[in-house]
Amino acid sequence: MTEESTITIEVDGRALKAAPGAMLIDVCDAAGIHIPRFCYHRKLSLSANCRMCLVEVEKVPRPLPACVTPVNDGMKVTTNSPMAVEAQKGAMEFLLINHPLDCPICDQGGECELQDVALGYGSDASRYAEAKRVVADPDIGPLVATDLTRCIHCTRCVRFGAEIAGIRELGATGRGDHMTIGTYVEHAMGSELAGNVIDLCPVGALTSKPFRFQARAWEMVQRDGIAAHDGVGSNVHYHLRRDQILRVHPKDNEAVNECWLSDRDRFSYQALSAADRLLKPLVKQGGEWRETDWQSALEAAAQGLAQARGDDGNQLGGLLSPSASLEELYLAKKLMRGLGSANLDHRLRQADFRGDPPKVPWLGGPIAELEEQDLVVIIGANPRKDQPLLGHRIRKAAMKGAEVVYFNPLKLDLNYRAAQWVANPRDWVLEVANLAKAAGVRKGVVNKIKVADHHKELFKRLKAADKALVLVGDLAMGHPDYGLLRCLAAQVAEAAGARLGFLTPGANGVGAALLGVTPGEGGLDAQAMLAEPRKGYLLLGIDPGFDLENPAQGLNALMKAECVVALSSFRSPDLETVADVILPLAAAPESAGTFFNIEGTQQGFNGAAPPAGEARPGWKILRVLGNLMNLGGFDFNTPLQVRDEALGMLGDAAPDNGFEPDPALELTLPEAELLRIGELPIYSVDPMVRRAPALQATADAQDAAYLRLNPEDAKRLGFTAGDRITVSQPQARKAVFEARPDPAVPQGAVALCTAIPGSQALAGRFGEVTLEKA
Amino acid sequence: MANEVCLRTLDHDQPWSLEAYRAVGGYEVLKRVLQEKTAPDDIIAEVKKSNLRGRGGAGFPTGVKWGFINRSAPGDRYLVCNSDEGEPGTFKDRDILRYNPHQLIEGMIIAAYTIGAARGYNYIRGEFQEPYERFEAALEEARKEGFLGEDILGSGFDFQLHAHLGAGAYICGEETALLESIEGKKGQPRFKPPFPALFGLYGRPTIINNTESLASIPVILEKGGDWFKDLGVENSGGTKVFSISGNINNPGVFEIPMGTPFKDLLQMAGGMKDGRPIKAVIPGGSSAPVIPGAQMMELTMDYDAIQQAGSMLGSGAVIVLDDTNCMVRVLERMSYFYYEESCGQCTPCREGTGWLYRIVHRIEQGKGRQEDLELLDDITGKIAGRTICALGDAAAGPVQGMLKHFRDEFQYHIDRKRCLVSAGG
Repeated sequence: MTEESTITIEVDGRALKAAPGAMLIDVCDAAGIHIPRFCYHRKLSLSANCRMCLVEVEKVPRPLPACVTPVNDGMKVTTNSPMAVEAQKGAMEFLLINHPLDCPICDQGGECELQDVALGYGSDASRYAEAKRVVADPDIGPLVATDLTRCIHCTRCVRFGAEIAGIRELGATGRGDHMTIGTYVEHAMGSELAGNVIDLCPVGALTSKPFRFQARAWEMVQRDGIAAHDGVGSNVHYHLRRDQILRVHPKDNEAVNECWLSDRDRFSYQALSAADRLLKPLVKQGGEWRETDWQSALEAAAQGLAQARGDDGNQLGGLLSPSASLEELYLAKKLMRGLGSANLDHRLRQADFRGDPPKVPWLGGPIAELEEQDLVVIIGANPRKDQPLLGHRIRKAAMKGAEVVYFNPLKLDLNYRAAQWVANPRDWVLEVANLAKAAGVRKGVVNKIKVADHHKELFKRLKAADKALVLVGDLAMGHPDYGLLRCLAAQVAEAAGARLGFLTPGANGVGAALLGVTPGEGGLDAQAMLAEPRKGYLLLGIDPGFDLENPAQGLNALMKAECVVALSSFRSPDLETVADVILPLAAAPESAGTFFNIEGTQQGFNGAAPPAGEARPGWKILRVLGNLMNLGGFDFNTPLQVRDEALGMLGDAAPDNGFEPDPALELTLPEAELLRIGELPIYSVDPMVRRAPALQATADAQDAAYLRLNPEDAKRLGFTAGDRITVSQPQARKAVFEARPDPAVPQGAVALCTAIPGSQALAGRFGEVTLEKA
Repeated sequence: MANEVCLRTLDHDQPWSLEAYRAVGGYEVLKRVLQEKTAPDDIIAEVKKSNLRGRGGAGFPTGVKWGFINRSAPGDRYLVCNSDEGEPGTFKDRDILRYNPHQLIEGMIIAAYTIGAARGYNYIRGEFQEPYERFEAALEEARKEGFLGEDILGSGFDFQLHAHLGAGAYICGEETALLESIEGKKGQPRFKPPFPALFGLYGRPTIINNTESLASIPVILEKGGDWFKDLGVENSGGTKVFSISGNINNPGVFEIPMGTPFKDLLQMAGGMKDGRPIKAVIPGGSSAPVIPGAQMMELTMDYDAIQQAGSMLGSGAVIVLDDTNCMVRVLERMSYFYYEESCGQCTPCREGTGWLYRIVHRIEQGKGRQEDLELLDDITGKIAGRTICALGDAAAGPVQGMLKHFRDEFQYHIDRKRCLVSAGG
């Protein structure tokens, strides 16, 4: 706002500077002058329907709604004059006449905007003596509870669906006081951001289904944290009563999550009290699991690892969760290096490690800048479900007119207009290669293919675009030709002058890369250390049946090992099969730590809740393990000391997508009748998310359980919806899934997710599969 | 002196036909305008001169409204005709559509030419099946004659005109709700500003006029703004099509000069049924406050006179009530209408119209309370002027009018739990 462009208005006798045309309510908010409101929300379109923000404007005979009144130079406004207050009280009375006033049994009680405003503008008795409206409550899914009799029709939830979530799930039907909010035909909300309507609803009409009836707002304390399930690193408030996290709310951070939170980050806290939460250290003795004390368990772990190592550190391997904190990763790396092992990795779902890796892969720019792109090419990802708030930013760009083009092995259900170039998992690589050829790449696999006009046109637009971005995501990383895909993508971006970005895994993928939680000199990567089994393994925060690219190979290697030490927050059948010691690990909300989010922002957090049972923060466990194994430099007393040492080691290291593309990489995925597409479902990404019952009850989670294939293939194979299908992959056990024909899957492909129940038996995320009726 | 403007084909056989319209000089103005390429500003000046005020009810000067359009701005503009005539008591636009659709079409083409719109819509009330069909047939004739479409009469001016049948919601007669409805959305008014002249249909500059306003244009341009203005009185130029109904012998539609005494209009409509005394008149559609019969007999039918009497000329729907009517019952029925037709979007109207109806209903049922009348006064004051659109005012007006002039009847209902009229009072 430059000096010339500002105007001056007067509000309640105070002179305020404002931008011409700004809405009065925003100018007043900025100046700390409170005007009551319900329908207004700074992130949603204006609707002016609640009439609560009526104020008096000089020379206007009737009160005007501050939310839609643009300011003019010299305007004189009174927010508390008799006319304004009478109008505000009038609106309040109308809002209350049909409201049930059931505050004592309403979950919103104590944190209700209607209650708060009624305190100031309501009357002590109602003049309404007629029958009140009663509305039936539809079931809109496992996340959001409805009590629509309480609805004040502000339509924030409706506008949220249309404008932010990108699906019009809730709408207002009916006229007059028959108007109700609903889904028209009753169905569950399918948005991955649905939970935000709980925050938006100013009353108790939409509340949290998992949380409701558990606690009053004033019984809980609020502690800050960082969400631990994707690279966004959403800022959150944990709400606790008696040290138990009962719910999670977003904490405003415009640069990261704005005021939103994905459902995954909002409801995953349920897992903290999961039935299979590991509360005590476990040691396997003679094939039997026994609970024990920390001292014995740590000694058993140290001894086991030392024995497996013998005098060859290379016999040990470390598989670390990309969602572990900087402190945990740093100490785990220090431990492994101290034991002489260079076999360390956090890229657990990556299939191909050929070629020079990017130095420190990251988004390639600030999260907020995603929404300013003019053209985004997305290779092997579904940001909407992979990292919902990144998907939201990309959608914002699309809504502003950006072109978004997807290269994927299957068609996605998107909430904005975008081009989707879909080909089966092998041809998909060739599609990307075509684009690379159009970009002028002349070596390697591109020689064998013919570039089409639409590739040339896309490249031309990519080159011409002011702000262009090429994003490479999880589905590409899980492909056996990821090295090639990455190389092609980088060459396209380079030739077009576009920015290159990686949708890195976990909450701390960037932190792990910065720390170098990757193979050291001569070390083995996540694939190699399982393909060439080691004698001892350290697992941090993972469930090997679910969190590895090739669970069959992984479980096999771990089974053969002499000693597997796992730090885990949960018990699991796979873990209990392969491990020898399981040490109960505090979950992210229970431990202090640091994440580097996908844009490279360092975000520290404290433990919000005490660890469940005897669980301990990872840094403490690793510290003691280091000391027990007589490795020097493990004398830490606080997580801050660990952080400082880790940051000191990082020095000036910064995220950097640079690498040397290797044009000689060949396409290795063989042609086959049916190739698997192993998507990582939104609610399967980590052990916590997989244990949140509300999330598992959503359509997104339930739909992920099916084996999906093109209806033509289904017809050819004689499969119909609901058939039980036995899936075989080379070097894997068989598993049975229910078939669902789906035209989103191209012919010659089978969409069968990774990290879902049953998928532990299977091998890699891509590759040949054979199907037969069970 | 009747039927000189909008209903000028009425004396002809099949007055809705192109032939009948041609016989009164139809489409000649259009031809002249397009041939001479009359400057739009000249047309606007003539319409301003005519003192034509919007016939939909608000009475905003049509020429001034057209002047709001910035013709030099790039992009599309739209012309919309509001034939969603839903105000209880109003049925004048229905007869223009039925008996003189071509004049509306000619008026719309001229209006579109003036504001530079290449596309127009006529939003017709959902219940108007016959008028809709007549209008569609007229559109077809006009297209065949080359009055609509591309390069109209070789002038280079393009204009496509479509009829759009509503689905029965009163609120869609509110101009911005009407635009939402054309766009395929739920009919709910938009807040203003921005006004449609700036942000209208599909977000483009749009002019919305009432059927009667647009149908008056060809005659105004044919005979001159002064001629039209002089038909009426100060501040109320021209003629007005009144639809008169109620306890009268000959309900119907009459096009008469503005400023005609009410008693003359009543006489044209055959006088009071069974010779009963006139009790009250609702002069401008159900949302206009009621005026006692005796007072009404002294008034002339023009904007100023009716406004001075505390009501409004509105859409020119005159409802005449004789002494057999219980005013509590009349208000109950009207309040029920606004309760049912409130769109539900903004608080005072959504909640207030239901409250008003429930109280009046209770009084009518003999369950009134002493505090009810003061409560009604207070609620109407909290609805009127506080809503997004004028429906709030429309719902409050009848209550305020009835309580002003017939408070004793309401008080009687409350005190005696029965009706003053049926009791012979």
